[in-house]
This record gives sequence, structure tokens and C-alpha cells, in this order.
Amino acid sequence: MIDISAYREVIEDRSYPTVREWRAASGGKVIGCFPVYAPVEIPYALGMLPVGLFGGGNRIEIANADSRFQSFICSIVKSTLELAFVGKLDVFDGLLFHSICDPARNLASVMERNFPERPAVYVHLPQNLASPHAAPYLASELRRVAEALSPIAGRRLRDDDLARAAAAYECVRGLLRELYALRSARPEAISTGELYTVARLATLTDPLDAARVLARVLEGAWAREAKPKDRIRVVLVGSFCEQPPLELLESLEAAGCYVVNDDLLQGWRWARTAVALDADPYMSLARAYVDASVHLSTKHDLRTPRAAALLESVREHRADAVIFLGAKFCEPGLFDYVLYRRALDAAGMPHLFLEFEEKMWLYDRLQGEVETFVESMLFAEAAS
Amino acid sequence: MSGDSAIRYQSSVHELQKRLMTAYYADLTAIAGGAPGRTAQLLIAGNPVEILRAFDMIPVFPEVNALQLAARKGSLAPIQKAEELGYSTDNCAYVKADIGLWAAGGVAPFGTIPRPDVLVCNYVGCNVYLNWFEHLAELLGAPAMNVDIPFLRTAGGIPTDEDVRYVVAQLQELIALLERITGTPLDERKLVAIVERSARVGELWARIKELTKRRPAPYDAYFDSVTMMAPLYCLRGTPECVEFFERAYEEMAARAEAGAGPLPQERFRVVIEGPPPWPFLRVFRDMFSRWGAVAVASTYSTVGGLWEFGFRHDPAHPLESVARHMLEANLCNRSLLQRYEQIERYAREWQADALVIHSVKSCRLFSAGQGDMREHFVRDIGLPTLLIESDLEDPRYFSQAQLRNRIDAFFEALEQRRLTAASSKDAPTAVRS
Repeated sequence: MIDISAYREVIEDRSYPTVREWRAASGGKVIGCFPVYAPVEIPYALGMLPVGLFGGGNRIEIANADSRFQSFICSIVKSTLELAFVGKLDVFDGLLFHSICDPARNLASVMERNFPERPAVYVHLPQNLASPHAAPYLASELRRVAEALSPIAGRRLRDDDLARAAAAYECVRGLLRELYALRSARPEAISTGELYTVARLATLTDPLDAARVLARVLEGAWAREAKPKDRIRVVLVGSFCEQPPLELLESLEAAGCYVVNDDLLQGWRWARTAVALDADPYMSLARAYVDASVHLSTKHDLRTPRAAALLESVREHRADAVIFLGAKFCEPGLFDYVLYRRALDAAGMPHLFLEFEEKMWLYDRLQGEVETFVESMLFAEAAS
Repeated sequence: MSGDSAIRYQSSVHELQKRLMTAYYADLTAIAGGAPGRTAQLLIAGNPVEILRAFDMIPVFPEVNALQLAARKGSLAPIQKAEELGYSTDNCAYVKADIGLWAAGGVAPFGTIPRPDVLVCNYVGCNVYLNWFEHLAELLGAPAMNVDIPFLRTAGGIPTDEDVRYVVAQLQELIALLERITGTPLDERKLVAIVERSARVGELWARIKELTKRRPAPYDAYFDSVTMMAPLYCLRGTPECVEFFERAYEEMAARAEAGAGPLPQERFRVVIEGPPPWPFLRVFRDMFSRWGAVAVASTYSTVGGLWEFGFRHDPAHPLESVARHMLEANLCNRSLLQRYEQIERYAREWQADALVIHSVKSCRLFSAGQGDMREHFVRDIGLPTLLIESDLEDPRYFSQAQLRNRIDAFFEALEQRRLTAASSKDAPTAVRS
């Protein structure tokens, strides 16, 4: 097993060291991708590095962005803007925003006005997924995005470049799928803290480098001999956009949980199965998003109720409980919680609601809540 | 500054609106009680009401129901009911009031809302719409369709040809769905006639808005516009709606000719941005009236349609014009920067002295980033700007004393600025463009 702890500092460092190294080595441009889902294949096919832009975490003080976005707006919107105000986004040549929620959409405008030197390209993701027109429309939107990014890259996108980029990211997603499957089968072999660290690293590096790291981690995890602990198996949902601090994820595990599935960084793991590429790579990606992508909180698919998808995940991963770990003020997540709660209650599945902010740095209270929840479950199990 | 006013804001337009809306809710109540008729739930932003009317479906807007609850001081109980069901204090209170209303069987003080025959989520900018109708689909079990409207996101702020084709294709899907539900094919001549009426109403509404360029403005383009907005959405496409707007235009034009305004004296002309605090509408209005402040334009009055800059429905191209209305001719599907341009144009062409931003917690489409808006208007445009916060639906977020203090301080400063400018013989009300 490679030493994953070395990457902890890398994923927390908002000077983006891996990105600066990539830039220095390649001379290429860099595109920041706001969550949840970004068509990263397009900037990569244009010779640029798409990079996950997940806010400031708990290492940045909001001094400027509070005057632009109100107190009831989630932290990631403000901390991402703050990163721009303090020059931390200087390494980025452009930004991708998407139609995921209202504050994120307005952030794209605020970024555009305050930092016109760094174009903000806005992607519309279709929401009428039952329509036969959705996939062709998304394919056309991906072409438009390619056109919009071309001036930053200084060249036009060729279909064969896009096919190569799609294959590179497919390789990363495939390895992540394998790591997730391994964690579900043998959660003692790789902790959520470890898995999250390398998955996050993959949002900050060239996919070819990321694949090498992930392959080594996968190999090491399979070989790791660890004794299972007496923990409950939980599915973690609600952290699909703003990310909880790594230490918080670790404290959930320390409180007695094995996380066997989650929606962390989900937009970077969006394809349920390998994306098959045909002659039109735009259409291949669009079809996969419309018909074969995971249930994203920001994707509204009337063909399958999202609570049914959660219950399916619970069954598939043999979970004992669900923990909803939602970002404070995240409206899409808070809406989902209502549907999840109703379905979980009806199914008799224990669940716990927790709220976090990326900027938090004390976890005792949340860990205490989880410990109590776990104990109550273990006690109920022992008593039955 | 005048003392707290006892101004009567009502006119014959207000009375006519009340009669029309009472009849509208009476029809809904009758259908809920078993009378024949079909209803569709849809949303205000850029709505395709013309297509529903072509199938004799009465459009029902949950935002309108929610605001009716709030305006009658009845929103807190349904909001709290929704919170019992798991909704957060941070979720949109319009949604919570609506969920609470359904938990009460759709029975409201103003009528009973029938279970819809179809749910049409016109996703026009507002992402909460998608959540809202996803929840309603589960709660009500009605057939549901998302009509996906691409956000205006390209340089120049116009939809792409692909956007228009995509929306028209979805409108054709909607028509097919309504044909299945009603068992009747679309009557294209009927649709054309309805679109013609919408075009006429758009023209009248635009002319009514033009009137507030006069001094004094003959009506308040925020507080009185909301009165005219209910028929604009709930009744657009009907002969009654055309008649209402003809009467409204006649009355407002006559007032303009007579030099009459909504207040005894118009002292400040303001643009108001953001939805109103429905639970305290009268109290809120009085806070401006006591300073002689009249809204000459408002962004809220364009959430469902932006007609004053030239858009009209086109009977020659009914579906394409409905698509264009949804894509580009309403505030919700336009970017925050396009809203800045809209406000700048109001300030310049309607000659406003100031901008008032009413930031509401519930509606992040409107509010997220309004601090940046203030920054832009104060620093780049030089327009005095006030940013105040409450909510459109939840009475718990309305702090009367605090709001009044902020509003008083703002107009005191404006007045002082005017006096200073007058003494130095500067033009007092010019807006830098």
C-alpha cells in the first residue's frame, strides 16, 4: 500500500501545487471546474487541465465574499469567490460552472463581473431526462462548451482528441469504481479517509497520473491484511457538492462506521458503468450522462425516484443505516433529505441527519452524535 | 417625511382584480368539489400557459397560492407543518407553504386547490422548481413532466438556435402528453387565438409600464404591479385577461394624463429589486410611502415575463414564441449580469433616484449575490442603493423596526444629498450611465 498520507496536504493546499507543477511541465492552461458535474473531457481534449474547484475548505478566512453573498448562502460559494479575491485562483485560466443550483449559477455571474480576465463558461445540464431530445441536446451543449473553451486553449477541438480524453477519464472512473467496490466488500482494506484522499487527488492531477496512483492504491488495498472491526455499515449521502473536512470523514469512521457507499465527489464518478464511445464522442458522453449516470442530487430524473435509488444503494451495499451529511444551507440536499427520510422510515432503515460546513474544524459534537447512533444500533442488534 | 400614512392604495383596477381572482379560485374550488374541469400545476417563471389553455386546462401556480396564504397572514402554519415533515428552515418557504397546504387537503382561506391532472415543471432558471415538482409528483401522484429550459448563458444573452429547437420539441412533447390526458387533439386555431390574446396583453402591459416614466408615476410599479401580475399569469390567454388589461391601461393612462400618482406627492423615484414580503405587504409599502417614495420600475414584475423591452407572443409562430418567452423574455432565465443591465436601463430610462434591493432568504435565484449587485450600483453606476433583508413568505424573517430604521436612514441620506446638491445648484437626480 502506498503512503496516502503524503497526499493529505496536497488536497488541502489551496495554492494547488499539483496544478502548478502540471502547468510548469506542460505549459498548458488550467480550467477550474465547480461541482457537481463538469464535462472534464472537453478541456482535457483541448490540452488543458480540468481541476476540481471545491471551495476553500477550512483554511481560508472569508474577508471579501461575505459582502457579495448573504449569510444564508452555503460556504462553498463564498469560499470559492474568496479564493479569487485573494489571488488563489490565479493559476486558473477559465472556470466551468453548471446549472446545479441558484447560488452556484449567480456565482458564475459574480465571478465574471469581478474577474473578467478569467472567463466563466456556463454549462446547461438537461433536466428533462425522459425526453428523447435530452441526449442530442446535451451533445450539442458539449459542442458549444468546446467552442467556448477553444479561445482559452488557443485551438479547436478534434473528435479524436475528445475520444482520447474520454478514454483517459474512463480509466480514472473505472479505477474509482473498483476502489469503491473493494471498500464495500472489505471496508477494513481501505478507509473512507484514504479513498477520499486519492479520489480528491484525481481532481487535481492529470488523469494519466491519477490512474497510476489509483492503480497502486487499488493493488495495495487488495493486498492489505486487516481485521474487520465491529462497526455498522453506512451509506453516506448529502455531500455531493461542498465537501466535508477530511477529519470529519475520519471521525465518522472512528465513531464506529464503515462507510460502504457515498456521494462525495460524485460528479467526478458520474458514470455507473464504463462509457462506450462510438463515432460521435459528444453523443457518447451525452447518452451516458442521460441514461447511465449515478443519481446526482442536482439531476432530476422523473423516471426513477431518487429515494428508490438510495434504497437500492442500501441493499446493494448491505448497509445497516444511512447517514445524511448535508452542507449547511445546501438547498438541493435539504430537499432530498425529506424524500430520503420518508422512504427510509417506510423501509425501517435507521438514519441520522448531520449538518456540516467545509470551514468547520471541531468534530467532537458530530462524532458524539454518530457514536450514540452507532451504539443504539449495536445495542438494538444485541438485544434482538 | 410624512407621518405614518392612512393612504388608500386601492383603485378600480384593484377591485376588478379581486373580482377576477375570486372567480378564478371559485372555479378551482368547484373542480375540487367534483365539478367538471381540469387543472395543471405549473410555475410562474416564463410559463407556457397558452398551451394549457388550448386544452381548457386551468393553470394553477403554487407560488400564487403560497403568496395568497402569506398575504392573508396564513403562511406560518403550513410552513411549520412542512418543517414537521422534515423540510428545513433553510428551504424555500413558498415550497413549504405549498406542502403544508397539501397536507391540509388543499383547503385555503381563499378556496380549495384541486388535485392537478398534470404537473408541468417549467424549469425556467429556478432550480428549486425541480425539487418542488419532484416532491409534488411523489405527493400527488399526477403525471409529471419537466420542461427543460436552457439558461441564457452565451455572450450576447440570447438563446442559441439549438436552445429554441430543443424547447419547441419539448413543447410538442407536452402537447402529446396533454392530448393523452384530455383525450382530445390540439386545436391549432384555438392555440393561435390564445397566443393572439397573450400578444395583446403583452402589448398592454408594456404600455402600462411605460406610463411610470411620467412624473408623477401614475401607479407604483412594485406594489401596484403585483396586483396586475395575478391576472397576467392565472388568466393570460383568456378574453377576461385582455379586458382586464384594457381597463387597467385606460385607468392608468387617465391617471397619468391627470397628473395623479399613488401618493399625494412623489418625492423619490426608486427601482425595487426582489420579491415583496407578502405577509407584511401593507406595512412594507407604508415604509416607503411615508417618504414619498414611489417605485417606477421593479424586477419582480418581470419574473413571469419581460415585455417592456419589446417581446411579444407571435400568433404566426405560436410554439416558437412560447419557447422564446420561456427562454429569454423573463427575469428568471436571465443571468444576474443581465439583471444588472435591466436595472441600469430602468434607472436611466425611468429616471430613478435610487435602487432598493429587497433580499429574501427563500428565493436564492433572486437573492444570491445581491451584495455584488449593491457593490456594482454604488461603485460603478453611482446610484444610491439600499439592501434590506426579510422573506417573501415566512413572517418570522420580517423585522419591522430594523427595516424601518434602515429605510428611514436611507431616505434621510438621500434627502440630505438632494438638499446639498440643490444648494450647490447641481442636478439632483441624474443617474450616471
